[in-house]
Amino acid sequence: MLGLNKKDTSLLVAVALLVALAPIILNPFPEGSALAQFNAGYPDLMQRFVIFGIFAVGFNILFGLTGYLSFGHAAFLGAGSYAGVWMLKLLTINVIPAILISTVVAGLFSILIGYISLRRSGIYFSILTLAFAQMSFALAASVLTPITGGETGLQTALDDPRILDGANTTGNIPAPSLFGMEMSDSLQVNVAGWLWTFNVGYYLAGVILLIAFYVAIRIFRSPFGLMLRAIKSNQQRLTYTGLNTRPYMLACFVISGMYAGLAGGLMVAMDPLAGAERMQWTASGEVVLMTILGGIGTLIGPVLGAGLIKYFENIFSKINSNLLHEWFAFLPDGLEDFVVAIIYPFIGKGWHLTLGLMFMAVIIFLPGGLVELGQKIARKMSGKSDDKQTKSTE
Amino acid sequence: MGILDVKDVGKRFGGLQALGDVNLSVQENTCHAIIGPNGAGKSTLLNCLIGKLIPDTGSVMFDGQSVLGRNPYEINQMGISRVFQTPEIFGDLSVLENMMIPIFAKRDGSFKLDAVSGFLSHRDVMEQAEEMLVDMNMADKRHMHAASMSRGDKRRLEIGMCLSQTPRLLLLDEPTAGMARADTNNTIDLLKQIKEERDITIAIIEHDMHVVFSLADRITVLAQGTPLVEDTPENIKGNPKVKEAYLGETQ
Ligand SMILES: Nc1ncnc2c1ncn2[C@@H]1O[C@H](COP(=O)(O)OP(=O)(O)O)[C@@H](O)[C@H]1O
Ligand SMILES: [Mg+2]
Repeated sequence: MLGLNKKDTSLLVAVALLVALAPIILNPFPEGSALAQFNAGYPDLMQRFVIFGIFAVGFNILFGLTGYLSFGHAAFLGAGSYAGVWMLKLLTINVIPAILISTVVAGLFSILIGYISLRRSGIYFSILTLAFAQMSFALAASVLTPITGGETGLQTALDDPRILDGANTTGNIPAPSLFGMEMSDSLQVNVAGWLWTFNVGYYLAGVILLIAFYVAIRIFRSPFGLMLRAIKSNQQRLTYTGLNTRPYMLACFVISGMYAGLAGGLMVAMDPLAGAERMQWTASGEVVLMTILGGIGTLIGPVLGAGLIKYFENIFSKINSNLLHEWFAFLPDGLEDFVVAIIYPFIGKGWHLTLGLMFMAVIIFLPGGLVELGQKIARKMSGKSDDKQTKSTE
Repeated sequence: MGILDVKDVGKRFGGLQALGDVNLSVQENTCHAIIGPNGAGKSTLLNCLIGKLIPDTGSVMFDGQSVLGRNPYEINQMGISRVFQTPEIFGDLSVLENMMIPIFAKRDGSFKLDAVSGFLSHRDVMEQAEEMLVDMNMADKRHMHAASMSRGDKRRLEIGMCLSQTPRLLLLDEPTAGMARADTNNTIDLLKQIKEERDITIAIIEHDMHVVFSLADRITVLAQGTPLVEDTPENIKGNPKVKEAYLGETQ
């Protein structure tokens, strides 16, 4: 189907089903039950799952295929965000132009940064991208204030021109929409205690994720993708084989940057504001973690990694000590306090500690990330112990 | 004038004169062997031909054009392919993928935008690669991880990868080094077959005299960075200077 082989088609279909059914799958606990706070099926979080999924899939096209570790990809996400907000302010509150322009602007920006950074490889490449991103962050927060809104950030306002929509200076600031459907519009369904929210913004982002995922599969399977993997395997050899690796690397870098811009554009489509912190090195580091956690160079891995990290960030960080006391109330008092004291550093604001430990465990025991874990489990279940399988890129 | 003309090429590494005034001419459609003791500068000479090293002095002409100052990928596109002393393949990839890379590189190595359609279709490249694997007797290994093959098979793959580009000049750096006798014989047969079946010029560096004498049309003996003699295999065998500098040492 669509030029994909059977395995890739089923992978795409599986992802499509997951995206479509996520509002149900991610809400396994009935509303009001003690475990309901572990539900992730609310629009805000689901939007973040798919948007960061797109970001990570694009990052992995660069890092997973060529081995070039960019430490500045957040710069493209940020540039895309700013461009998107400007579109919403100047042209129309319809999100389509905003999303397109975010992708294009991030692409142009990555031509510039890529052209210079790709003069070096390995650690020097990483440092160059990091330096560029930090520079962009600093500029956005200070000198470029007229364009970026500086430290307060850039957002839509009531008196924005919105050329296509016609000026409108009364009432509320219009919310980003798709031909009249607001991104925040949702359909809520209550079935026997379970509450499912089907949100417009989430489904728009979900459809775009599927397109982005499909394009990534095609890139992975194309001769272009093969050349990128050859660069990772033995770049020297490739040059003596007649391939000019620089334009290939630049094309890859720009594609990857455009994915980041697309993610940035979707962010502002869901919530029309952009701030400099979106470009900060911690944001660049996050996408690296997502990709490694999920499985470097695999197709589905980055999406899983993005989901896991965003889940932890939003769910684990909300658990507080009162809640812990509630859960362990069945223990004798002294023991209860003791258990809560032990668990406490790992939750709430301490969720980074949990994430860090998880990250270490993955690097040491599962260098192939969640995908490797899945493959191991699948192999155990089917009773095969076939270790000689060549690495596949699922 | 040959297809490859090396004139007065010199290369120095710090205090070491690795090559000094090398003159060499390889005639089209012949097999030219370069022999000499370890450290004579044979690999260094090949490195100067493919743009891996830039000689300090002299000139290198291929088919009437200078290769100096060109990027390695451009030199390859002129028609020079090299097999390295230690097999240089794409270890992470499958054998079939390894074979597809040089074919694709020959087609779209310079990344023109009209190659975009080629980015998507790879049926024709795959077919050519499959054919080459059959020619190389490696079709059964096509889905193997290239890094997991024996050294002999890696070498065979690398030779196939170079041939798949139908180069005009094939450079071989000690293709049988470190091989078992059976592998060596297979490689000789393969190279003989290549020589007979294809319009190709071969320059080969080799330690194994058996290999040299069964393949070469002409032989250059290199010692301490300079050519000692150049002659036919028969005359080289009987040359006392060569015996002293090289043959006596290994036999
Ligand atoms: N990149 C290099 N840097 C410094 N010295 C080198 C380099 N390459 C080769 N040499 C030296 O040049 C001499 C010739 O080496 P080489 O061409 O590899 O010899 P051969 O292939 O004939 O055995 C050796 O003494 C070697 O140590
Ligand atoms: Mg050598």
